[in-house]
Amino acid sequence: MSEARTQMDQAWTGLNAIVGRENLRPASTADAVDGMQPSGVIAPGTAQEVAEVLRYCNSAGLAVIPRGGGTKLWLGNRPQKVDFILSTERLNRVIEHAWGDMTATVEAGCKIDNLQRTLKEHGQQLAADPMRSEGATVGGLLATAESGTLRIRYGAIRDLVLGVEVALPDGSVIKAGGKVVKNVAGYDLTKLMIGSLGTLGVITRAVFRLHPIPAATATYTTLLPTASEASKLVLAILDSHLVYTGLQIRAQRADQVALDVRFEGIPESLDDQYAKLSQIAGGHRFERAGEVWTARQKLFADASGSVISKCSVLPAQIGLLCDAVFRQAQPAGVTATLVAQGTGVAEVRLDAAGLQPLVGALHGLREELDRLEGSLIVEQCPVSMKQELDVWGTLKDALPLMQQIKEQFDPARTLNPGRFVGAI
Amino acid sequence: MDARLVSEFRSIVGDAGLVTGPEQLRTYECDGLTLYRVAPDLVLLPSSAQEMQAVVKICHRERIPFVARGSGTGLSGGALPIKGGVVISLTRMNRILEVDVPNARVVLEPGVTNAAITAAVAAHGYFYAPDPASQVVCTVGGNVAENSGGVHCFKYGVTTTYILGLEVVLSDGSLVRLGGKTMDRPGYDVVGAFVGSEGNFGIVTKITLRIIKKPETTQTLMAAFNSISEAGAAVSSIIASGMFPAGLEIMDRLALEAVEAAVHPNYPNCQALLLVELDGSEREVELLMEKVGPICKSCGAGEIRLAKSEAERMAVWKGRKAAFASVGRISPNYLVQDGVIPRTALPRVLAEVERLSAEAGLRVANVFHAGDGNLHPLVLYDHRIEGQEQRAMTLAEAILRLCVEAGGSITGEHGIGEEKKHFMPVMFSAADLNAMQRLRSAFDPYQLCNPTKMFPGTDVTFQGPIAYEPHPIEKAGLAQRY
Repeated sequence: MSEARTQMDQAWTGLNAIVGRENLRPASTADAVDGMQPSGVIAPGTAQEVAEVLRYCNSAGLAVIPRGGGTKLWLGNRPQKVDFILSTERLNRVIEHAWGDMTATVEAGCKIDNLQRTLKEHGQQLAADPMRSEGATVGGLLATAESGTLRIRYGAIRDLVLGVEVALPDGSVIKAGGKVVKNVAGYDLTKLMIGSLGTLGVITRAVFRLHPIPAATATYTTLLPTASEASKLVLAILDSHLVYTGLQIRAQRADQVALDVRFEGIPESLDDQYAKLSQIAGGHRFERAGEVWTARQKLFADASGSVISKCSVLPAQIGLLCDAVFRQAQPAGVTATLVAQGTGVAEVRLDAAGLQPLVGALHGLREELDRLEGSLIVEQCPVSMKQELDVWGTLKDALPLMQQIKEQFDPARTLNPGRFVGAI
Repeated sequence: MDARLVSEFRSIVGDAGLVTGPEQLRTYECDGLTLYRVAPDLVLLPSSAQEMQAVVKICHRERIPFVARGSGTGLSGGALPIKGGVVISLTRMNRILEVDVPNARVVLEPGVTNAAITAAVAAHGYFYAPDPASQVVCTVGGNVAENSGGVHCFKYGVTTTYILGLEVVLSDGSLVRLGGKTMDRPGYDVVGAFVGSEGNFGIVTKITLRIIKKPETTQTLMAAFNSISEAGAAVSSIIASGMFPAGLEIMDRLALEAVEAAVHPNYPNCQALLLVELDGSEREVELLMEKVGPICKSCGAGEIRLAKSEAERMAVWKGRKAAFASVGRISPNYLVQDGVIPRTALPRVLAEVERLSAEAGLRVANVFHAGDGNLHPLVLYDHRIEGQEQRAMTLAEAILRLCVEAGGSITGEHGIGEEKKHFMPVMFSAADLNAMQRLRSAFDPYQLCNPTKMFPGTDVTFQGPIAYEPHPIEKAGLAQRY
C-alpha cells in the first residue's frame, strides 16, 4: 500500500474515533472545491469535536476546508491542498433568542432562513440580507463577511455580531466578545475572524444583535439615462434626511440605469418619505418597484462561464464605476451587468464567448479601480481563470502583517491553504 | 534616562517635542484614573509620522517600552506611564487633513479632539457619531485605542463602526496602511482588530473615518420614576414596542443630587430619571414620541417633560454628561466602574448593587446607558477616612464580578488598561487570553507597545540603559565595585 494510502487510512481511523462512524463519509465529486476532490466529509456535533478534528488534522498535516451551506465554495484562490471537508451541518441550532435583550446565540451551521423564522416569532430579525439565505449558514455569512442591501442602514455583518466562539487548529476552543452590545474587554478577535474565510479558525457559534422587524416597507424605482445622472441622484439621496434602508443601482447598459430606494417604518411615515424622495428626484419619477432586492443573487444564476466580481469604490464614484465597466466590456464583446449599493460596494457580472476577452476586461477594470483607489475581488469564475489572475488583488503593505497573523493562528496551514489573500 | 538617548530623541523632535523637567513630567503621571501614578522618564511629542517612526525606531533599538497618549482622559489607566519607559504624546499631531462630505469621509491625525470632527462637518449637516462624554477634550486616537462609545451608541454604534482606515507605526518603526477609504477591502479586518487594542499593537498616525448625516429632527423626553426598576421596565417596553431610540439614559437619586448641585439642569425631582432620545424624520419622531409618554406612564412615571428645541435638549444632556464630574460636589473621592449587563438583568443587578453598597457602608450613585446595559456605578468615598479607599475598590470589583455573572462584560467603554487587567481571567479563559496574545505578537513581537496593560502579570519596570553613577564612597577610594 502506498504511504499516502496508509496515511489516509490512519486519518479515517483517527477521525472516526472523534466524530463517530456515521459522521464521517467518503466525498463525492459534488464535494469538490475548484475541481479538487477531498477524501471525505467530516460532520462534528459540538465545538469541542470541531477542535479535536482540527487538532488531529493539524498534527497529521491534513488540509481542512470548512463548509456551511456550501453556497460560496467558489470564493478565493484554488486551494493548495484539499483532504477533508469539515461540515458544520450538525451545529445547526438557535441556542437562545434573548428577545428582551435583542440578542440571539446561534450555532454556525444554522441556516440563515431558519434563524430569521425563529426570530420572527418575537418580531425581530438579523438585519442582514445575504444571498441564498435558504441554503447559506450563519457561519458562512461570517467567514465571508458578505454585505447585503440592508448594510447601508444597519451596518455590515461585523457591526451586528457581539461575540463568537471559534475552534482553533491547535485544538482549543476560544470565545471572543460576549453577549452584550457594549464590550471592549480584550482585543476584538471577533472582527478578525469575520471575513477571514476560515483560515484562522472555524467559527462554531455567534451572538448577534437584533433589530425589530419594521411595521411596513416600501420600495420605489426610477430609470436614469446615464450613470452620471444616477450617481448625482444617489449623492442627493445620501445627503438628504431620507431614512432609506436600501439604495441600489442596477445596469445592463450604460444608457439605462435603474435606481431603487427602500423605506421602512410606520405606514404614515412611509408616505412622507415618498413625498420627500419625489422632491429630491426633480424631474425623475419614482414608481413602486417589484422585487429588486434580490438582483445581486440573480447575477449568480446560470453563471458557470461568467466572472462575477465585488468592486468597491466611494459612493461618489458609483457612476464612474458603471461607466468603467461598460467601457471595458463593450469593445471586448463582453456583456456586463452591474448591481451597486449606495455604500459603493457593487457586484459586476461579465459574460463572453471565450476566456481571453473576460480576462482582458477584468484586468482593465481592475486597473481602473486601482486608479480610483478602490478594489476588485473576483468572487466566482471558471476555475481555469484562477491561474490567469489573482482573485484578491494586491494588498500593499498590510500583507506581511496578515501573514504574521496567519502564522500565529495556523502555522501549519491546515485551514484552507492558499485560498486567501497573498495565497495565505 | 541616558543623556545620550535624550539628545538623540531631541535631534528628531526638537526642543518643542521633548519634556524632561521633573515638574512637567509629573503632569503625565496619570490619565483620568488618578488612583495610579507613575512619572515617565521622558515625554516625546512628535509632529509627524516620520518623526514618530524615527523615535519608535530608537525605542525598538534600545528595547524601551512606550505608552501612547492623547488627551489623557482615559478612565482605566491605559495611558499610565511605565517606570523607565517613554510617553509618546499625540497632541502635536492634531490636524484634520481631508474632509470629503459627499463621501462622508474624514481623514485626520489622531490628536484631533472628538468634538472637533463634528465641528468640522456640522455646517454640512453631518456629525461624528461616537460621542463619549469627554468628547470636548478626548482625542480620536484615544477613541480608536479604547473603541470608545458614548450616549448614542445604542443606535449608532461605537468607534469601530466608523473607522475605515488607519496608518500605523509598528513597534519596529515601520509604517503600515491598514484598510482605506472604501469598504470591503481584501484581507483580514486588521482595522477592526486594531480598534480597541489599547495601544498594544502600535501607534496610529492617521485615521480615515466615516461621518453620518444628522437626522432631520431629534427630541428628548425626560420621565420621572419612583424607582430604578420602574424606569428599567419603561426602557424594556419602549424597545419591545419596536422603536429604536437614539439614546436611553437612567440616573438615580444620588446622581441627580450631584448633577443638580454642579450644573443645575433643573431636572424633575425623583428617585430615577429616564432620558429618551428619538431621532429621524420629523413625521416619524412626532408619531413615535407620542407613544413614549404613555408607555412611561404605564410603568409608573410621574412628571414627563419633552425637550424639542436644540437649546432645551442641550440643557438636558449637559446634566447627564457632567454626571461623573458632578459627584465631586457630594463626595471628596469616587471610583467609577463600567460594567455591562444584558438589559433584562438590570433590575436584579441594581438591587444587588444596592445591597452590596449598604454592606460596604458606601454610597453608590448610578448613571447608565439603559439601552445597552452599560452601567456606571460611581462608588463614593473619602480617602482621608482610614480603609475607605480599599473598601471602595473592593466594592467596585464585586460589582464587576456581578456583571460577568449576569452574562455581561467588565468593561463597556472605558477599557481594561491598568485598572482591570487582573480581572481578565474572570471573563476569559486561559485559551481566550492566549489567542489574544497571539494576535498581539503578530503586531508587536517585541512587546514594546504599552506592555504593562491589558493582561495580568505584566507589571514591568524597565531598568536600563541608565548611566552608571559611582557612589561617593567609591569616588573617595574607600570601596570597590566588582
